[in-house]
Amino acid sequence: MTTRIVELRKGILKKNDELAAGLRQRYTAAGVLVLNLVSSPGTGKTAFLELTLRELRTRGARVAALVGDLETDNDARRLAASGAPVRQINTHGICHLDADMITSHLGGWQLDELDYLFIENVGNLVCPSSYDLGEKVRVALLSVTEGEDKPLKYPTLFNSADAAVITKMDLAVPCGFDRDLALKNINEIRPGIRIFETSAKTGAGMDTWLAYLAEEREGRK
Amino acid sequence: MHELSIISSIVESVTESLAAYPGAQVIEVRLRVGALASVVEDSLQFCYQIATEDTPLAGSKLVVNVLPVVMHCEPCGQDVTLPSLQSFRCPQCGEFVADLRQGRELEIEAIEIEENHDHAHC
Repeated sequence: MTTRIVELRKGILKKNDELAAGLRQRYTAAGVLVLNLVSSPGTGKTAFLELTLRELRTRGARVAALVGDLETDNDARRLAASGAPVRQINTHGICHLDADMITSHLGGWQLDELDYLFIENVGNLVCPSSYDLGEKVRVALLSVTEGEDKPLKYPTLFNSADAAVITKMDLAVPCGFDRDLALKNINEIRPGIRIFETSAKTGAGMDTWLAYLAEEREGRK
Repeated sequence: MHELSIISSIVESVTESLAAYPGAQVIEVRLRVGALASVVEDSLQFCYQIATEDTPLAGSKLVVNVLPVVMHCEPCGQDVTLPSLQSFRCPQCGEFVADLRQGRELEIEAIEIEENHDHAHC
């Protein structure tokens, strides 16, 4: 009997990373901009996405969405009311979406006939940050009702985001939301990140957000 | 809290690597985990004992090396280690830092095994 150290240097999420790299190539080849929306449950991802899908369709963009939840297809039904193709992914207890779930739910969709594909992740501020879905833009959402220090409490997620969206701005005043502090905290965790202040109820901030989407999509050509 | 699926990936990966060492027993599995990897060591250790039962990794020790976040600071022209995750600023000059050089790792660095020479290659 002899002991031996075997160097492995293997990524634990290598399988997911490889699948995600394959997805990224597919998205790029098809010319579709893919965004991964992450936040706590209750931030308003679905309401924000409903409005985004509707506005984009009004402007003639071709959009689709995948939405992850542990159970129910409630969110898919809400999003489908926009007229966009939507598929629900039920993870049955798993706390995040992974690249394999995305791959298996894209079947039958012609990606090259889409301009934008939105992936609404499972509401969770921890686990989704580890799982690359091949997206170009990871969007972290935060609502005014959650507290300005959320980015400081969940730095691993906010630091991995490419854009941040503050939702429910119509409630900012009644909630005593300290806007400057929230912006400072987001910037402290992810310096230089683009931040959008929105309300799905009033439509505030949507023009800037939609302009950003168009820029990102142009940038990918 | 997806530590259980992480351990399952480790079991799969180590078991594959063991194919080159027939009859070997796993003594230790060493991980490199970045401070931004969203993984908690206590939870990994707890899951490890349960999830390695009845696998070639049963009874082995899990060693987790946590790597601090290292960012590149442009003004200082060098890599700097962040003392906490509460502020992504250079601890030397105070400027914001966005260029991540270390901190998201989640990998099996090495395994320590005890080889059984009865199974040595002919």
